[in-house]
Formats: sequence, C-alpha cells, structure tokens
Amino acid sequence: MSPLAKLLEAALFAASRPLTLEELATLGPEAAGEGEGEEGGEAEAETRAALAELRGAWAGEDHGVELVEIAGGWQFLTRREYAEPIERAQFALRPRRLSPAALETLAIVAYRQPVGRLEVDEIRGVDSEAVLDKLVERGLIEIVSRGEGLGRPLLYGTTPQFLEILGLKGLDQLPRLDELSVALRPPAPAEPE
Amino acid sequence: MTAPSPTNPVLPEQSGFVVELEQFSGPLDLLLHLIREDELDITDLPIAKIADQFLAVINELGLNQAADYLEMAARLLRIKAQLLLPRRLGDDEWEDPRSELVRRLLEYQQIRELVGWLQQAATRRAEQLGRGYAPPSPELPPAPLEIELNDLLAAAERVIALIPEPMLHRVVPRPLDVEGATARIQALLVAQEEFGWSDVVGARPSVVDVLSAFISLLELAKRGALRLAQPAPFAPVVIRRESPREAA
Repeated sequence: MSPLAKLLEAALFAASRPLTLEELATLGPEAAGEGEGEEGGEAEAETRAALAELRGAWAGEDHGVELVEIAGGWQFLTRREYAEPIERAQFALRPRRLSPAALETLAIVAYRQPVGRLEVDEIRGVDSEAVLDKLVERGLIEIVSRGEGLGRPLLYGTTPQFLEILGLKGLDQLPRLDELSVALRPPAPAEPE
Repeated sequence: MTAPSPTNPVLPEQSGFVVELEQFSGPLDLLLHLIREDELDITDLPIAKIADQFLAVINELGLNQAADYLEMAARLLRIKAQLLLPRRLGDDEWEDPRSELVRRLLEYQQIRELVGWLQQAATRRAEQLGRGYAPPSPELPPAPLEIELNDLLAAAERVIALIPEPMLHRVVPRPLDVEGATARIQALLVAQEEFGWSDVVGARPSVVDVLSAFISLLELAKRGALRLAQPAPFAPVVIRRESPREAA
C-alpha cells in the first residue's frame, strides 16, 4: 500500500466515527510529498485515490472488517456476517430502535427539509413537538433555519448522524417519492350519490 | 399491522378490535388501519361507515380523551354531514367533502411506506459495527452540576452582558423653562401693548421653547396679565396686555 493509504488506515482506525474526505485530506501534505502551495483539490484527489486503494486492500475475503462509505465520510465497519456472534457476546450494543412516531417524523423531515413543526403536525395528524425534541436530542435532526411568517418558526433538517444510523452515503440515496408504490395524486372529483 | 381479513366489509362491529395503544402513531394511522382491514378504496371512502368504526375504536381504546383523535372524529362527522348536502362547484362538478381527507391519507400512507424503508435501512446498518461503538444513551440523567461560585457568577455575567438593551420607549426628561419664558413675556408686555407669537419664541424655536412659552402664556392669561386672541382660524395669535397694573 502507498504511504498515504497507510496513513489513512491509521486515522480511520483511530477514529470512532466516519471521517469525511476533507478531514482525511488534511492528513496528507507530507505523506503526499507536496509543498505548501498544494491546492486543496489536488490533496482531495490523492486522498480519494488512496481511499480506493485502502478499500481494495480490505475488500477481500481475508478480513473481518471493511471500509464503508457512509454519512458523507468513511469508516471501518465489521462485516455483516459477524454481527450476531459479536452481539451475542455483548462486546458491543446495538443502537436503540426508533419508535414508529420517531421514524414518521424523521421521514417527513428528511423529505421536506427545511420543515417546521406545523407541517410535520399536519402530515402526521398528531402534535409532534415532543418527538422533534427527542430527535434533536439524539442528534438525528437539527434546527437549520427559521421560516418566514408568523412567529418565524424553527425549521428542522437532518444531520450526518441521521445518514449514519441508516448507513446512507447521502440524502440522495433515499428512495425517490415517485418510486414509492403510493404516489401522491389529486383525488378525482366525485359525483354526488 | 394489516391483519388480512376476508373481504367482508359488512361486519366491522363484530370483528373485535384487538389493538394496542402503541400500535397507532396517530388518528391517520388508525384510519389507514381501518381502511386496510376492510379493504376499502381510499379514494372512495364510505365515510359514514368509517366514521362509526373510528368512534367505536377510540371509545374502546380510551382514545376519546386524546385531542388528536377527537379532532379527527369531529372531522369525519362533519364530512359525513357535508356529504348529505353536496355543494356545486361548476356546471357538472360537485365538491367532494372527502377530498382533503383523502389527500392527507394518501400523503400519510406515503410517509408510512418511507418509514418501512427507513426501518429496513436502519436494521441493515445495525448489522455492521464501528470501532468502539457505544450506543447513544440519552436516558442517562444529566450529571449533577459541580461548579464554583465564581464560575457561576462569571457565567451569569457573560449571559447578562449578552442581553441586548430592550428597545422600549424611553421618556427623556426635558426640563421646561416656564420661568424663563414668563420673564421674557413679561418683559415684552412692559415694552409693547400688543405682540405676536413669534415675538415670544423667536424665529426657530425648539420644542421645549414652544412648550415653555405656551404654558407660561396660558398661565399669564389665567392670571389676567394678558389676553390671547386669534382674529381668524389659523391666524397668528395676538397677545395683548390686559391691564397696565399687572404689566408693571
């Protein structure tokens, strides 16, 4: 492996969260053997290449972990087939499951962001303040801006943590609405009975 | 959640709702459940029937205390009433009072489908563990505060320093110089029998000057030292000495 790939391997091993390409690119000036005047784009391109090399090195059947692109970053994760024995031995705990109410709210925020509480309430048909607070507390959504209009309502959006618990690289990996079996369509005008 | 039931929508009352409270995340969820259970067409809802079922279920589950469910029950009953008296929109068009509810149900159904997708993604993600993975534990009670008094005071000062000055209307005391104005007017009274407003306040009076002069003029008029007259509406005020005795 190249020196940069080995440096990235060490950094990714040391970190317990996904590291973004930008973060990883800051590691490498000496490793890449470039001077001060190096452009950020060049460092990122080299980092990208080294990441590909590193992922290739861990991709084979010879390893229990793999390098995964997730939540806009990169992270070493255990392979799926080992989840059960590790969990049984209780070396690691599974994350708590999200309630249906929390998932509903997450889905609405993910697709409508930035979105205010009133819109979430309206779609769910339930007061969602407590659920929103809980999701903010868990770091899955955050206040991203304030809306126009009465009281300048807080608007929520999803966080990288949201992508991480779903194993998504980015929001564009969510299913498109028109791919769902229930596509939104205006109801046909009905005749009186 | 969708208990497959035989296509027999005629016997909803006897089907016996075995449902738990947590099973429904809201009135729309419950409605969808009823619709699926009876395999009804969501775009052509038999409102009367669904309203009765809805009321029966929330009574049974004790949800009739919950505002969200009650609001939906009221909405269903209103739609049921409106269906008896449809309103004409155009020549051949009739307003369907159900359309708003149907739109919301479809929208909500879409969200439920996304929930299923998110759930699967989360389950699949949970099969892979990161290094030193520690699940977030928001249930932990917050650590007891251990701070020094000085730190607390310093923190309080920082917070107070951040509070912007409230933008309230402030009354600025501007002392009126009524005595000065009175002296000036009395001097004028001695010199002239009759003079105008501008003689009292000068060419470019400040607000304070005007007020002071006005108050002292009224006061002197009350005392009988002078007489105020205005020959025509909006004409200049004429100030006239009342009696030589007072002016002296």
